[in-house]
Amino acid sequence: MTELSNPIPSKPPRSQWLDVWDQFKSHRGALMGGILFLLIVASVYLGPLFWDIEATHIDIRSRNQGPSWAHPFGTDQLGRDMMARMMAGGSTSVSVGLTAMALALFLGSFIGVVAGFFKRLDGPLMRLTDLFLALPLLPLLLVMMLLFREPLNAAFGPEQGIFILIVCAIGVTSWMPTARIVRGDVLAIKEREFVLAARSIGTSNKGLITRHILPNVLSPIMVSATLGIATAIITESSLSFLGLGFPPDFPTWGRLLFDATDYLQQHPERVFWPGMAISLTVLSVNYLGDGLRDALDPRIRGR
Amino acid sequence: MLTFTIRRLVLSVPTLLFISLVIFLLLELAPGDPMAQVPLTVPPEVKEKMREALGLGQPAPIRFWKWLVQFFWIEPQVLIDHYFGTTFSQGDLRVISWQTRSPVMDIVIQRMPQTLWVVGTAYVVAIFIALPIGIYSAYRQYSWFDQLGTFVSMVGFSVPPFFSGVLVIVIFSVQLGWFPSIYDTTHVVDSWDSFVYQMKQMIMPVMVLALQITAQLSRFMRASMLDNLNQDYVRTARAKGLSEYVVVMVHVLRNSMIPVVTVIALGIPSIFGGAIITEQVFKVNGIGQLLIGAIQANDLPMVQTLTFIFAILIVLFNLIADVLYGILDPRIRYD
Repeated sequence: MTELSNPIPSKPPRSQWLDVWDQFKSHRGALMGGILFLLIVASVYLGPLFWDIEATHIDIRSRNQGPSWAHPFGTDQLGRDMMARMMAGGSTSVSVGLTAMALALFLGSFIGVVAGFFKRLDGPLMRLTDLFLALPLLPLLLVMMLLFREPLNAAFGPEQGIFILIVCAIGVTSWMPTARIVRGDVLAIKEREFVLAARSIGTSNKGLITRHILPNVLSPIMVSATLGIATAIITESSLSFLGLGFPPDFPTWGRLLFDATDYLQQHPERVFWPGMAISLTVLSVNYLGDGLRDALDPRIRGR
Repeated sequence: MLTFTIRRLVLSVPTLLFISLVIFLLLELAPGDPMAQVPLTVPPEVKEKMREALGLGQPAPIRFWKWLVQFFWIEPQVLIDHYFGTTFSQGDLRVISWQTRSPVMDIVIQRMPQTLWVVGTAYVVAIFIALPIGIYSAYRQYSWFDQLGTFVSMVGFSVPPFFSGVLVIVIFSVQLGWFPSIYDTTHVVDSWDSFVYQMKQMIMPVMVLALQITAQLSRFMRASMLDNLNQDYVRTARAKGLSEYVVVMVHVLRNSMIPVVTVIALGIPSIFGGAIITEQVFKVNGIGQLLIGAIQANDLPMVQTLTFIFAILIVLFNLIADVLYGILDPRIRYD
């Protein structure tokens, strides 16, 4: 009753996102994962501004060097600086991860919302999702790489073409879990009273979806976004590792790892750097997703 | 339950047909030509004959139908002939590989044992490691063991097999020299020494595969145990004075195994897919390496058959998981 007798609240109102941030902070693993991920992204994109050796610069005199001040990660068999190559490779890998995740997320939430909201489309769309889940994805990805490489290379140039191809291939084959989760949540939210109220004052379907339903399914979408980055980065690296990803002179982390396995006996540390970068990125993103799931769930928050 | 099983079995036929159509249409777009390796001195009409001998040169629907007949009608006959000495399939054209010009299924049968040995062992090992870890970390939730288990399974999720595989090769075969880095498939086990060698060469691929599976399974086991540990029937069991061992290992475990068993069944086909990379790292010439080789050599019948075999496995184990769920949990009977 104190609130009623005292019209001026003693505490300033807190936004929902402030609560989420408070809960997120208390999850130590998630906080560290988030910081590490931001650090990796920043060093990969901003690093080349400070480290002015070109990733493709060949200095054959200083090939196969160990770590030194001039080359902190050493050089490869053609004398290219490994640190510059790690940054260049990382920016490709992370860009592929982010773009493919965005595509998969868009497809997944679109299909999920449509299937959950429109009863008539639910059956066909969910059968489609089941069908996609029954496809053997890695073999199909490999086949897609084989088939569409040439035409896309001709249309967009070798680097742009393969980037578009990999992003589309990963996006098209990884939207299904998101679609299922979003559909389940939309089905539950659609029956709630606030949706009925909104509908009774004449809100159109478009308004219902964008104003009332999408904000409420944001948390599962955000969680699957983080996990999507992880799977996309791993898939891209596996494709590059199998020799069906980016062309050889265009470094990505998976490609660097693949090239380094030829020199496994002489220079095992060259395998270690890109492998560690992939693993750390994925680990940090997984922890981030774990923390986000806790922070965005209002039932856990505040405990 | 029986009607449900039959209905699902019947439904899986159009699913498989659709998947085979998708795979066929994808490969239809392929730029590869099996005659690219043939010398230029061979006259074009001879090339045309060779193309027809491989089953090409006809419209796509007919070739699709022929492939279906070969895969579902002739290949089973070959299998029956092989076992019973009959001659059903005599003179029928089988699915021919463009690489080796021999029947695809023969090569698949040759490669199968290596994959099954390595992947199967890894799966069994992973199950035996994951279940106790999951049970104990749920029983002592938030203890140091649980925290460690969470961290290790996070690492298992995050480290891709092409890195963990290369890492164990660096450590155990380059630095320490304990195990061979290449899996020798021609090795025959006929004495104790050769058995020891077989064990040695299997340890590393099995370890790498098992790490990933353990990470997933132990998480599932833990979550499922946690769901059951707070149920009323557990309190009842404790109130009756049953020992803690009986409560956890009999009452709770049996109920927690229901979702875990279905997850184990669902994971089997994805392990075949995941083994592609591990086989490539350790040079195991199994199914996965066969697929990679076929893709790089543009051997479309081989790619088509292999991807379709993977699809059959996925659909089959989805069905098995659904049926198992119904059998194990009477609350989820579908009729």
